[in-house]
Amino acid sequence: MSEKKNLFNKVWDLHNVGTLPTGQTQLFIGLHLIHEVTSPQAFAMLRERGLSVMYPDRTVATVDHIVPTDDQARPFKDLLAEQMMSQIEKNCREFGVTLFDISDSRQGIVHIVGPEQGLTQPGLTIVCGDSHTSTHGAFGAIAFGIGTSQVAGVLATQTLALGKPKVRRIEVNGELNPGVYAKDVTLYIIQKLGVKGGIGYAYEYAGDVFDRMTMEERMTVCNMSIEGGARCGYINPDQTTVDYLRGRPQAPQGSDFDKAAEWWLSLASGPDAEYDDVVTFDASDIEPTVTWGITPGQSIGINENVPTLDSFEEDDRAGVQEAYEYMGLEAGQSLKGVKVDVTFIGSCTNGRISDLREAAQLVKGHKVAPGVKALVVPGSQLVLKQAVEEGLDKIFEEAGFEWRAAGCSMCLAMNPDKLKGREVCASSSNRNFKGRQGSPTGRTLLMSPAMVAAAAINGHVADVREMMEPVGV
Amino acid sequence: MSEIKQVSGTCIPLILDDIDTDRIIPARFLRCVTFDGLGEHAFEDDREQNPNHPFENPKYQNSSVLLAGRNFGCGSSREHAPQSLMRWGIKAIIAESFAEIFFGNCTALGVPAVTASSTDVDELGRRVEADPQLEVKVDLVAKKVTAGDFSCDIDILDSARDALLSGQWDFMTLLLENQEFIKQTAEKIPYLNQFA
Ligand code: SF4
Repeated sequence: MSEKKNLFNKVWDLHNVGTLPTGQTQLFIGLHLIHEVTSPQAFAMLRERGLSVMYPDRTVATVDHIVPTDDQARPFKDLLAEQMMSQIEKNCREFGVTLFDISDSRQGIVHIVGPEQGLTQPGLTIVCGDSHTSTHGAFGAIAFGIGTSQVAGVLATQTLALGKPKVRRIEVNGELNPGVYAKDVTLYIIQKLGVKGGIGYAYEYAGDVFDRMTMEERMTVCNMSIEGGARCGYINPDQTTVDYLRGRPQAPQGSDFDKAAEWWLSLASGPDAEYDDVVTFDASDIEPTVTWGITPGQSIGINENVPTLDSFEEDDRAGVQEAYEYMGLEAGQSLKGVKVDVTFIGSCTNGRISDLREAAQLVKGHKVAPGVKALVVPGSQLVLKQAVEEGLDKIFEEAGFEWRAAGCSMCLAMNPDKLKGREVCASSSNRNFKGRQGSPTGRTLLMSPAMVAAAAINGHVADVREMMEPVGV
Repeated sequence: MSEIKQVSGTCIPLILDDIDTDRIIPARFLRCVTFDGLGEHAFEDDREQNPNHPFENPKYQNSSVLLAGRNFGCGSSREHAPQSLMRWGIKAIIAESFAEIFFGNCTALGVPAVTASSTDVDELGRRVEADPQLEVKVDLVAKKVTAGDFSCDIDILDSARDALLSGQWDFMTLLLENQEFIKQTAEKIPYLNQFA
């Protein structure tokens, strides 16, 4: 029998508890990840109502957003951060939830830790009070961000009230050019479909490019789904997924693993699967991509120029004008040569070992340009450890980068790593919103970690391909 | 839980597109363990840079209806964003469109987030600017907004409308009612049962 259901619908149906009087589905949640920022109020709601956590063993906590990445001695210098830290410790103790705190070698950014530990698996429904939960979709899970009241709901009932989204398949076929990374692919898709394009949809990424990607690259793509408006993005599980999970601490072990793998692979959308929409892109059209504006959709290929006002719909022009002014950029100008003050390699988008390897390979033998503050922040303690074993920390430090401890760092302004004034930051993170990196007037240029490395060394935005050794002849 | 059928009050216009949650409540204010006190920090950085920002403008200070553009509330899932608006005094939001997580968060707080056409949003904006004391009524039953002699249709996801109208927007109660079904669902999920 031909299977018309795509992965999303298969997984959704499996977790459907029933239809609520509001018409929404009550959806069972297979894994609930929590962190220090969006959980304290949720636990307070449980206390107020005298409720407990229904499935504490399906709930895992870590700390990431407020963690300082230089001096981690307790109590933290920032007393508010210290208070949040003690709060999550207390909550997890009281409600019986496992916590990876900073003294635990498993600690790191929630979206890096889940996959690393093998908690994130195909076929699960995964939620977290964090919009980049879409990252976990890389495994063929339905994963999305929720608000704090919903965190409370999931803690108490392991379920969520949700309307079912439509599913759009995004195919990228063909070969990526050298110097073009997963980050460029996702920035390109968001640029083409717009930051509102995904509202009401789950994205299924498919085609040659995603088939060939490693799990870490797939995570980078799914991570950014929310920046395109899609609350959830996923890639069908395949042998790459199974191989990644084998042997991970929280993955099934022994003969259970083989049973699991068989089930995981059976979930993938088949050739007859149906979608609400399908769009197709050609991989060879994608260049190293950089944002020039204040939404992740305002990006261009490195060889293009900042688009002119008249290239936008009438309705969009006010926003575009605001972006030019805030960024101090002019229509028609190239981004190459734009001076940077800070460079940041890290975040749940690009803070994994493959990102650090890629950047390290480029910076080896070079120096950070004078006057540039360059940060490298591993996404988790395990990424850090692996990088140190490979000597990457030394490469970065010798080149003049600051090598930090694991956390969200300069992805958002909740810890000491912040831009100052109107500084321009070349960043491997995911949001270039006004003020996102800690200074209300700070400016963010999103790009791949390799492009960030190139910017750090040149002191300005540069095409990473010009630094790469020509491959073969 | 109270039924929410209509919200009325004066209106604060902020008709810009893609207003993200980092702008509604800058991240540094998320360093907190309760939502108390977030109201005074709504749009803090935007207000500092723009003394003419509506949230800074005395004539809009007591507004309870927010009028916004497209994709309002995009970005992070932080419930701190609608919490700060609510604690500032906002009881309903009319926009051209909303980001999804933000919309869900509003509903869960009993703040109706309704959409209107761009022409209607602009027209209402003009009227409010001309007369900041204009009483704007968001009517969920009739799915209309009225203000003086102005009136327009609004839209809202049926499930959210039902939840607000019936007073079931605090879905925790609904979810808790189905404990048995939750357990039954868990029993048939392969990964909770050794993949049997
Ligand atoms: S790295 Fe950035 S986007 Fe990711 S969880 Fe941390 S703050 Fe959020």
